[in-house]
Amino acid sequence: MILEPNKKLDIDEILKDLENYRPKSKGWHWREKLPEGTKKYDFTYDNISEDLKKSVPLPAAHYFENIDPQPDCVITSEIASGRFEEDIRRMRMAAWHGADHIMVIRTLGQSHIDGLIEGTPEGIGGIPITRKQLRASKKACDLIEEEVGRPLNFHSYVSGIAGPEMAVLFAEEGVNAAHQDPQYNVLYRGVNPIRSFVDAAVAKKVMASVDMLQIDGAHNANASAKKAWCVMPELIVQHGINSLFSVKSGMKKENIALSTVPPTISPSPEFRINLVYALTLREMFKDYKFRAQMNTRYIESDLFDATRVHVLNSALSKLTSADIQSTITPDEGRNVPWHINSIRGVETAKHTLISMDGIKKYLSINEETVRGEIRELKMRSILMLEEMLEMGGYFQAVEEGIFVDNGKYPERHGDGIKRPKDGGIGAGSVVDRDKDYMAPVCNHFGYNNLPEGIEKGCDLIDGCTLEKPEKIQFINELDETDNVEMRLKDIREYRKQGLIKPEVEWSYDGWIQLDMTIPEPEQYAEAAAIEICKKMNLEEVQVISKTVLHPAEATYVELKAKVPFFVKKDELVLPKKPDIMDSDELFDFFEKNEVKVVAGTVGNDEHNVGLREILDIKHGGIEKYGIKYSYLGTSVPPEKMIDAAIETGAKAILASMIVTHNEIHVESMKKLHELAIEKGIRDKILIIVGGTQINNDSAKANNMDAGFGRGTKGNHVASFIAKAIKAKQEN
Amino acid sequence: MQQRIDDFEVRSKKLQNMTDEQLDNYFWELVEKVVDPILNLADTHTSQSIERSVLLRMGFNSMQAKVIVDKLFERHLLGKGAGHVVYKIAKEKNIGILEAGKALVDGKYWEDVVRIFKDGESK
Repeated sequence: MILEPNKKLDIDEILKDLENYRPKSKGWHWREKLPEGTKKYDFTYDNISEDLKKSVPLPAAHYFENIDPQPDCVITSEIASGRFEEDIRRMRMAAWHGADHIMVIRTLGQSHIDGLIEGTPEGIGGIPITRKQLRASKKACDLIEEEVGRPLNFHSYVSGIAGPEMAVLFAEEGVNAAHQDPQYNVLYRGVNPIRSFVDAAVAKKVMASVDMLQIDGAHNANASAKKAWCVMPELIVQHGINSLFSVKSGMKKENIALSTVPPTISPSPEFRINLVYALTLREMFKDYKFRAQMNTRYIESDLFDATRVHVLNSALSKLTSADIQSTITPDEGRNVPWHINSIRGVETAKHTLISMDGIKKYLSINEETVRGEIRELKMRSILMLEEMLEMGGYFQAVEEGIFVDNGKYPERHGDGIKRPKDGGIGAGSVVDRDKDYMAPVCNHFGYNNLPEGIEKGCDLIDGCTLEKPEKIQFINELDETDNVEMRLKDIREYRKQGLIKPEVEWSYDGWIQLDMTIPEPEQYAEAAAIEICKKMNLEEVQVISKTVLHPAEATYVELKAKVPFFVKKDELVLPKKPDIMDSDELFDFFEKNEVKVVAGTVGNDEHNVGLREILDIKHGGIEKYGIKYSYLGTSVPPEKMIDAAIETGAKAILASMIVTHNEIHVESMKKLHELAIEKGIRDKILIIVGGTQINNDSAKANNMDAGFGRGTKGNHVASFIAKAIKAKQEN
Repeated sequence: MQQRIDDFEVRSKKLQNMTDEQLDNYFWELVEKVVDPILNLADTHTSQSIERSVLLRMGFNSMQAKVIVDKLFERHLLGKGAGHVVYKIAKEKNIGILEAGKALVDGKYWEDVVRIFKDGESK
C-alpha cells in the first residue's frame, strides 16, 4: 500500500491483515542534519536537516520558490482525538507540515487500569492504548513516513500502574518513544510509590532493549505548581532522579530526554528567568537529550496569547538547545486539540526555529551575568537532595511533601503533594523475589535465578516475543459496541453518498468555529453571540473565548457550534480554475502580436506591490512574455489611464485597486468604463482590474473585462490578454 | 513539610566555594545516594504488572497473563516468578509453554504448582 497525496488514508486498508503486520523498524530516529552553509534558494542555512519529499511549506514560501527548510531538531505534534482512525489522519497532516514525533495522548484514567486493554474503544481526551490501536497507528506511521520521506517517531505513555506490560507492548509493536517517569505516577496519579519505582526499572530495561527514546515527567511539577517559577530547584532534582534511575536500569544516556518547560511567561520578565533555568539544566545534564516543551501552566483560551508564548519558548530553545522541540496546540486551553491547531503548533515551531537559523554564531550569552544565577539554582537543588537524604531518602521525603511546594527551595510553603509510602493505588502489591525467583525472558531487570549455563533467559523458551514476533497473540476486539467498525459504519455511508460536513477532530463531527465582535460589555456580548448562532440554526453553541476590547465599547467572542446539515459533493458548483496558456504559447503569441498595456493603481491608493508583481519580469510578470507596459504609478486618476492608453496605443488597461467600505472601487470601475466609451475606445481596449479582494464576478458586474484577486500571477493575466485578443481577431 | 523562610544564604555557605564542576559532581553524587536504595528495592522485588509483562514476552495474551498472575498472587507464589511457574509446569508435564499456561488459565495443574513451589525451594 502506497499513499497518494490526492487520496485520503484508507482506514480499511490499514485494518486489513493487521494481525500479521510487523513494524518496519524500531528505535528512535533523529533527523539527518545537513552541513553548515547548505544553500536553499537565495539563502544559506546552518541548522537544517534533509528536505521532505512532500510537505506543506510555511505560508510565505511562495515568495521563496516554495522552499521548506526543515529545522535540525525533531518536532513533536501531540494528538488526542480519542479515536485512532482519526488520530492517523492528523498524523499525516502534521507530518506534511514538518512533525516527525507523533505523540499520541492516552485516554483519561488508563494509568489506573492494572493491566492492558484490548480492541479499539473510544477515549476521552486521548486514546485507549491497545495493541490493535498501536499496530494500526504504527502501520499508518510507516506509510506516512514513506510518503513524506522522513522517519516518523511514534510515541505514547509507559506510565501508570501497568508500566512493565505497556513497555513490552510498545517494544513489540515498534513504538519509538515513550514517557516513563515513576515520579509522575507517584505525585500526579496517586500510584503507590514502591510499586511505581519497582515497575519502572523493569519497564525501562525493556524500553532500552529496543532503543526507545524516553521522555521524563518532571515538567508536570511546573504544570501543577501555583508559582511555577518557584519549583525550578525541584525540577532539577526530579530530572536527576529519573535520569540516573534510568541509566542504572539499563538505558543509554542518549536515549533519555529531559522534558523541560520554560517555567514562566509574561507578564513576568519571563525570558531571563527561563533562560537561566534552561542554561543551568543543559550544563548539569550535558550528556542527556533535551525535549523542549512549551509552557502549558499558564495557557489561556486565547489562541494568539498561546502562540506568542510558543514563539518565545521556541526562541529560547534556539538560544540554548533542543533535540526535540515539542509543540502544544494553541487551543489546548479551550478544546481537545483540533486538526488546525495541531498544524498551527507545528508551523509556529518550524517558523521560529528556521527564522533563528544559525543565530548562536551572532549572539552569545553574557556569562558574567548568568553565572551567579546558574550557581544559585544548582546549589538550591543540591540542598534539596541533601535534605531528602537527611529525611531518610526519597520515599520519606515524598511522604512529607517535599515536592510541588510553592516555596522556592529551601523556602517552604508547606503545601507540597504528600504521598505515603504504603498508600495509593497498588499499595501492597509488591512482593519479594524469592531466592528461586526466575523469569525466562531476556532484558529483565533485577534478580533472576536462571538455571546454570543460561545467560539469556529467553533461551529457555526458544526465544521471547521481542525476538520472535510470531509468538505475539493479537486480540482483535472485546467490546461489540465500542469499536472502530461501529464508528466507521456511518462514516463509510456518508462518504459513499459524497456528503460533506465540516470537522475539527473527527470525520463528520460538524463542529465549526465562529468569531464576532459585539459592541456590548462582556455578559451581553456573550448572550448576544449565542443568540446569533442559534438564529443561524447552529447547534450546541458554546463560547470558547472572549476578549474585552473595552469594558463598554466591545467584546470579541469566539464560539463553536455544530452544523446540523450536510452538503452534497456532486451538487457543488466549483470555482473556475484560471485558464492558463503554457509559456511557449504565450511567448509565441506576443512575439507575433505586439501588445502594449498601461498600468497603475487607481484612486487614492499607494499600494503597488501586487501590480509590480504582475508586471515585472523578475517576478514572472507579463513583461516576461513580451508584453510592453507603461507604468503610470500610484493614485492615478481614471482619466489619466484612458489618455495614456490612447497615447501609447495600448490594447489593455491594468488597474489595481483596493476594495473599500464606501465602494470607491466600484466608482473607479464605472469611471474607467464610461470614459473609455466617451473617448470611443471601449471596444478596442481590455480593461482589467486587480487587487487582493477583487474577483472576476464583481469586476464583470461592473463592466470590466476581467478581475484578478489574491494569488494571481503574470501568466494568468497574460493568458487572459492573449485569449481576448485572439477572440477579437477571430471576430 | 513545615513552612520555612528562604534560608539559602545560610544553608549554601559550604557550597559557595565549590567550582561549577564540583557542584555538578556533588549533585550527581547525591542523586546516586537517593536512587541506589530504590534500585535495590527494584532488584529484589516484583509486582503483578512485572510478572504479566514476563508472560506477555513468553507469548501469552493480556487476558491469559492476568488470570495466571492473579491466581499466583492469591496463592502467595508471585515471588517465584510467573514465567518460572509456567516454565516448570511445561517441563514437568512435557508440554509446550503456551499449552501449560492455557491449562493454568483453565484451572488445571494448580495442585502441581503448589507442590513444586510451596514446599520450600523449587529445584
